[in-house]
Parts: sequence; structure tokens; C-alpha cells
Amino acid sequence: MTGRTPQQGFDPQRRRFLSAAAAAAGVTLAPGVTLYGVTAAGSAAARAPEDPVTSSVRWGLLVDVNKCRDGCNACVTACVEENGLRGNGRPETDAQWIRKVELRDPSTGAKRSLPLMCQHCASPPCVDVCPTGASFRRADGIVLVDKHICIGCRYCMLACPYKARSFIHEVVEDQKPYAPRGKGTVESCTFCVHRVDEGRTPACVEACAEAGGDAMTFGDLNDPNSRISKQVAAYVTDQIRPDLGLDPGVRYRNL
Amino acid sequence: MRRTTYREITGQYVGFYGLMAGLGVLILLSLAAAWHMEHQGHHVTGMTNQIVWGMPHVLAIFLIVAASGALNVASIGTVFGRTWYKPLGRLSGLLALALLVGGLAVLVLDLGRADRILVAMTTYNFKSIFAWNIYLYTGFMAVVVVYLWVQMERRMNRFAPAAGLVAMIWRLVLTTGTGSIFGFLVARQAYDAAVLAPLFIAMSLSLGLASFNLTLAATCRGTGLELGDGLVSRLGRLLGVLAAVVLYFTAVQHLTNLYAAEHAGVERFILLEGGVFTALFWLGQVLLGGLVPIALVFTLPAGRALGRVVLASILVFLGGIAQIYVIVIGGQAYPLVLFPGKEVQSSFFDGVVMSYAPSLPEITLGVGGFAMAAAIVMVGLRSLRFLPESLADAALDPHHRAAATDAEEKAPA
Repeated sequence: MTGRTPQQGFDPQRRRFLSAAAAAAGVTLAPGVTLYGVTAAGSAAARAPEDPVTSSVRWGLLVDVNKCRDGCNACVTACVEENGLRGNGRPETDAQWIRKVELRDPSTGAKRSLPLMCQHCASPPCVDVCPTGASFRRADGIVLVDKHICIGCRYCMLACPYKARSFIHEVVEDQKPYAPRGKGTVESCTFCVHRVDEGRTPACVEACAEAGGDAMTFGDLNDPNSRISKQVAAYVTDQIRPDLGLDPGVRYRNL
Repeated sequence: MRRTTYREITGQYVGFYGLMAGLGVLILLSLAAAWHMEHQGHHVTGMTNQIVWGMPHVLAIFLIVAASGALNVASIGTVFGRTWYKPLGRLSGLLALALLVGGLAVLVLDLGRADRILVAMTTYNFKSIFAWNIYLYTGFMAVVVVYLWVQMERRMNRFAPAAGLVAMIWRLVLTTGTGSIFGFLVARQAYDAAVLAPLFIAMSLSLGLASFNLTLAATCRGTGLELGDGLVSRLGRLLGVLAAVVLYFTAVQHLTNLYAAEHAGVERFILLEGGVFTALFWLGQVLLGGLVPIALVFTLPAGRALGRVVLASILVFLGGIAQIYVIVIGGQAYPLVLFPGKEVQSSFFDGVVMSYAPSLPEITLGVGGFAMAAAIVMVGLRSLRFLPESLADAALDPHHRAAATDAEEKAPA
């Protein structure tokens, strides 16, 4: 049997090193741990920038079509302004993140007007088909494009059932710092993620309320006390193309 | 068994370098077109936010699909052991490689950010059929290179059947992947169908053989290599069978859709009211690209098959471009159905059948892919021994006059 040679005494240098390392680790981790404790205990609606996005939140949007006025374009204008989507007068190639769609039932003549944008699906086909993973879904349900790894193949545009995406066909100037855009990549409604992360609502929702429509309700579908959750619980709401089973984050009432 | 001797092409300097210079000009023009599209942005093309894939994709898909089918002849020789086709195996592999390189070049140069090709090669989303295809295409090249090597290195010849089998299975998977690019699109009325995978396999067999026949005929004409009528007749009749298989799967595709009331709109569009798409479907694909070449190759005059087989191959080739145009562009031109049963209108062309006119840069880019494929074949033929010394019927099968038919029937399938 071969046993270990018992340690003779101890190595003071090693002990000093370990103490110093422990102290350094403590100094490094402590602020994060403290911050985590504070934000977890606090009740701030906005997520702190350093905190990860979690799936405890599912951002959603409810559109009450009865309140959406035919001819009102406030949400579209606000989106263009907020995200710097100025076009070049070429409707076939200019980007549109949100558009008003006019519906007409040919058998009855009944008309409807509603805003249509990225539906922020729980199972987004654009994310499934993207070869590089540039098209991705945040844990809180917001579907985005990572402009750094989008190769501009446009497969996501073919896959999106809602025609919600636009390809940037020419050079873009005067970009907003929080909504980077780049020629040769694909983009779509971000739910104004920069505003949502600050605890604000998307620009279209704000503009709709200001225009007196109040047709759009934005909020956390996972929070039973949020206004949107109460509304979708109280009223029948519709998804567009529910047959596809994509579970969109955008719902419509009175469609 | 007789051993086939192979050779490079030699001499014919004026013709060879003249043709190479012409192809070089086409390739340079296509690079200029790609640069123009990249520099100005895609608004200089006919592609829009509604028709997001255009002429470059039609021609690139043609080249990729044909690449897989160009290997038919090699497979028939090594996997199925048909002696008539064996001496053509090397050319078949070379053409497959060349077509694939040409197709991929067009596809990559059309990307919005072609400069990010390294991102595409290093960052993968494995749920994407596109990402799988990157592996299937690069893997296919590797497999074909090995396949060519075991055919060309005499000590490795015994591995040719195994390599041929791997290559054949690989190309079936590859074309399944290409068809599934459309088959997996759940939202589009014209796509979202499992039959697209076998349809693309059938198209690859037919378009690949047509490309091979044209390459072979051009090579023999250019080099003075004798081409036996028996071989040409065989290649022609095989093309006829494969063109008929494409028509069969096309019929299945449309009949299945017609049965579902949900798809009546898109079928009415493609088959009846789609204007240029309807014309391309019936006249381009079905009549000129299918029925006429089939009739041509099954009524070959004895001893003078070449002209008809070349004509049939050209028709199948052009019919294939028409077919892919109808699938890719026609499928996008028909509007997405977001609100079934409702009339829709918007500033983003909801509910509108979109028109598309390919622009000059798009066509130039696509044609450059074909030029690149042709140039690769020519460089290959000049540098390595891809061509047999003779393709006369007697050289391929000494007993062919007496026993060609019998031997074919008895050969193991």
C-alpha cells in the first residue's frame, strides 16, 4: 500500500494567494449579487439593462378593431418617425414595419380597418428558416433580426405568413441610434424594443392613444394583472392565421 | 474486360481560348452586375419586398438542381454497372461539380450581404433547411471529388462502386433539401407541399441529363471526338423517360392542390389566369419542355439521333428554366392569404398579384453562373483526363451490333 506523504507544515505563500483570490472574487461578484438582490426585491417595471431578458414576461399587443378608425394612420406615422423609416418614394421596395389593412367581406360588404405588423409569434417561421440565426426570438417574446449576422438571403421574408418583413433595398441615412438599419439586411417591427426595455410602450400604441383611438393595448401576457391579460381573458380575441399554430403575440378583438 | 483510355483535350488553341475568352467576359460582366447590385442596393433589380427572390434564384436553383442530375450518367455506370455509360462517368462528375459551383456563386453573389459569406459558413441555425443545404452542397462537392479520384486513380478503381453509391444517395438527399426550401414554407399557398421534394429530384434527373447531353455534344463537336449513334439514342431515350417523370410529379402537385378548395385560388392563377406564368407553365414547361422532347426522342431516326437528342435536350433545359420560374416567381406573385374569404387592400400590396420583370443585372448575374460552369468544365477537360479516347458505339461495346439490346436487358438493375 502506498499512502500519501503527509504535508509537513503549510505554505504561507499559498495561503496568501488563496486569500487574495477569494477577496478579488468577492469584490468582483458582490456588486452583481447586491444588484440582483435589489432588483429582485424591487418593483420597478423596467428591466435593468444588465439583467437578462427572461421568459417570465411575454410581451403582447391587443388591437380592438372596432376602435381602429378607417383612414387613421397615426400608428404608421409614429412608427416611421420613431424608427427613422423614411422611404425613397418607391413603395415596392421601401420598408414598412406596420401598415393599415382594409378588409371587406365580399358577401356582406362589411368593412374593417386594422394595423398589421410583425406578430411576434411564439413559434416564428422566420426564426426557423434563418440559416445563420440572425432572425431570433427574445425570451420575452419579441422577434428581432441581429443586423450583424443577417446575410440578406430573404428566406425569412418568404417564410413569414404576415408579410411583416422588409429588405433594405438601398442606402439608409439618418438612422436612429436605437434602431440600427443597414442596406442588404432584413428588418421588421421590433415592438419598439428600446422603449419596452425602458418600461415604455411602443410608439404606435402611444400614438393611437394620443389620437384618441385607444385601439391598442400593450403589455405582459404572462402577468394576470396586466390590462392586456384582463382584456384577453374577458373578451374573445382572434389571431391572424390561427390555423398555422404560431401563437402570435398580437391579438385582435372584434375582427 | 476492355479498359477505356482517357485523354485531355489538346490542340484547337484558337477555338478553345476564343471560347474561354468569351466565357471570361460573361463572368466579368456577372461580377460587375453583382457589384452594381451590392453597391446600389437591390432596388436596381426587379426584386421587391413582395417578390423577394428573382431571376438570380431561378437560374441558381436550375444550376444546383442540374448539378445533382448531371451525375446520373456516372451513377448508371458505376452503381448500376451499365457498360455504355461507364466511360462517361468522369465527365459526368466534372459537370456536376461545375454546375454546383456556378449555382452557388450566383446564390452567394445575390445575397444582400455577400461579404458576410464567412458568417454563413460559421454561424448555423440547424433548424433551417438553408443551413442544412450549406452542408449538403459543400459535402456534395467533397463526395464528387473523391468519386472522381477513385474513378481516375487506377489503384482506387475498386472503390468506384462504393463511392458512386454514396454520391448517388447524397445527391438524392441534396435535391430533397433544395425542394424542401419551398416545401417547408408553411404560409405560402404555392408551396408547403411534401411533393416538392420528389418533384425537385425528378427535375434534377431530367435537367441534369439535358445539361450533360448538351455538354457532351458540344465537347465532341469541339474536339472531333466520335460520338456513337447507339450511345446518343440511349441518352436521348433516358431523357425522354426522365422528362415524363417530371410531368408526372407536376401533375400530382397540381391535382393534389386542385382537390383542396383552399388552394383553388393559386391553382387558378398558375393554370388559367396567371398571364406570363400560365403561358410559361403550359407552353414552356409542359409542351416545349415536356411533350415535344419526349415525342422527339421516342421517334429517333436510326443512325441520325444526335440532332434530335440535342434539340430535345435544349427544349428540356429551357422548359426547366420555365418551370423553376413558375415555381419561384409565380409562387411569390400570388398574394399571401391572411384573411381567408375577405378582400384586402393596403399600402404594402396585400391581396395584389405582383408583377415582376427581371432586370439586366439579375439576368447577367445568372448567366455568369452558367459561364462559370462551362469554364470549369473546359479547364477540367484541358488539364485532366476526363474524356475517353473514343465514344464510338463499337468502342463502348464491341458486340453492340449483334447483342446490344440483349445485353441491356440482361444487365443487372
